[in-house]
Amino acid sequence: MLVHSKGARRAVWAVFFVLFLPLFALPLLVVVAASFASTWSGALPSGPTTAHYQDIARGDSLEALVTSLVTAVAASLLALTAGTWAALAAQRLRPRARRVLDGLFVLPVAVPSVVVGLSLLVAFSQPPLLLNGTPQIVVVAHTVLVTAFAYQSVTAALARLDPAYEQSAASLGARPAYVLWRVKLPLLLPSLTAAAGLCFALSMGELSATMMIYPPDWTPLPVRIFATTDRGALFAGAALAVALMAATLLVLLAVSRIRTKASYR
Amino acid sequence: MSRPESLALPRDAESGAGTSAESGAGSRGAVGRAAARTSPVLWSLPPLAALALVFLCPLALVVRQSFLGEEGGPPSTAPYAKVFAEASFRDALGTTVLIAVGATAGCLLLGFALALVIAFVPFPGSRALSRFIDVFLAFPSFLITLALLFLYGTAGLANGLWTDATGAADGPFAFLHTPWGVLLAEITYFTPFVMRPLLAAFSQVETGQLEAAASLGARPVRIVRKVIWPEALPSLAAGGALVLVLTLNEFGIVLFTGAKDVVTLPVLVYTKAILDGDYTGACVVAVVNIVLSVALYALYRTVAARAGGARTPTAGGAGRRARA
Repeated sequence: MLVHSKGARRAVWAVFFVLFLPLFALPLLVVVAASFASTWSGALPSGPTTAHYQDIARGDSLEALVTSLVTAVAASLLALTAGTWAALAAQRLRPRARRVLDGLFVLPVAVPSVVVGLSLLVAFSQPPLLLNGTPQIVVVAHTVLVTAFAYQSVTAALARLDPAYEQSAASLGARPAYVLWRVKLPLLLPSLTAAAGLCFALSMGELSATMMIYPPDWTPLPVRIFATTDRGALFAGAALAVALMAATLLVLLAVSRIRTKASYR
Repeated sequence: MSRPESLALPRDAESGAGTSAESGAGSRGAVGRAAARTSPVLWSLPPLAALALVFLCPLALVVRQSFLGEEGGPPSTAPYAKVFAEASFRDALGTTVLIAVGATAGCLLLGFALALVIAFVPFPGSRALSRFIDVFLAFPSFLITLALLFLYGTAGLANGLWTDATGAADGPFAFLHTPWGVLLAEITYFTPFVMRPLLAAFSQVETGQLEAAASLGARPVRIVRKVIWPEALPSLAAGGALVLVLTLNEFGIVLFTGAKDVVTLPVLVYTKAILDGDYTGACVVAVVNIVLSVALYALYRTVAARAGGARTPTAGGAGRRARA
């Protein structure tokens, strides 16, 4: 406790909430409020309606939501596989080689996402690998962007893992593959599901690289939100944004439940 | 971090020695050791090859394209000269750096103040609040710009309050489509990136230290400066560098702002490549952006590693105490 007097403490809290509420809580609230409104002319939105949500349930927006979900699941699984493999391999490398691998795998965080999209356009627009204009290029872009996060979380989890488990398994005659499958991966499972949740959330909200490469028949939800708000339909855009947030939160919640179940083992 | 390594190595050496003793020939032990050394490298090759195919090679192709003119011919620096001569590029570079530096400074200031209150002047529900901040990080950045449209847009909360109260036709808030709107959105979105490492660092500060300082008569400002500030500095530096990189690369917020006169480097890449079809120009801007961000990110990794290294003994001590 830094501030002991009661009055001073109240003053500090007041300043805190004056800063915190308008900056962080209000934005999420107004998006939800706007998604149920049809006009906003006074201080508060008016004309309550659920029409925007009914529009999502039919129409192209549902398709965009499904597109986003499929892309995010595919990209997370691919990124988790590649990231876990690389992290497991890096752990056994010598320090210098490991630093090189570390640097290469976290590089996509530093490179602007727009540039990642541009590089895929430049590389895959001509044979032998003609991916431009296919849904696969979107999945590839998302995988590239989220693999760095999967790699980082698995590396951090491996560093915390007690090596005694695998050593005792190995000393009892377990082969490396068996140790990996029955000892290491189960111990890593909570971190793996957390990493999967992170990858999924990032991929659901990815806009920058997607704007560069999405084909007309594979429009993820963020692009759809941009197109909707750009033509002036702000309230419909808000409803789509709420759908995006809700889908992301639901999956994160489900993933955290898996984690608590796994940590009992 | 080097613990598993140092424990695994002697075991490998032992098993190698054991094999050689059993077979009675030194050569087999040497072969076994060589195999043990090369197999980690072999195992790291498949993910590395995948990364090269979808990321490293495309990036190299961007650099190659940036040196080739549209009409082909030998590689030259002519595309760079052409882009650097454009006023739009120089404006975008200036805008990008200004917004990034401003947003980073704002995030550091705000993040430090808010984290200070959450950690050291806790109130009921401050735990839930830091959970809320984690949730905030899971949402895409453009949501903030969308929300600001409803808060400060021509038809929105703030201007609506003003017109209701005064009866005027328009509200006074019209900064959304200027660099200030982008700045506000970026500060809002990226402040949690500063707060998270700060809160982690603050949880390492012993409350006893604060109590001792307070009982010796130090006022809160002095405690913050002398006790908390040194503890926070590494995380602040790391968080600030990370936010600087992320704001340099931010695209969604600027795109959603939709202002014609706020063009940053990522937006310029998008405009040149998708709207103008000028791939060479886009690649030149992309290379400039990559150089800026990757250099900064390398700096961040160095600072973060040093900050982590400085904290490790304390963290280990805390872990041991928690287990005992």
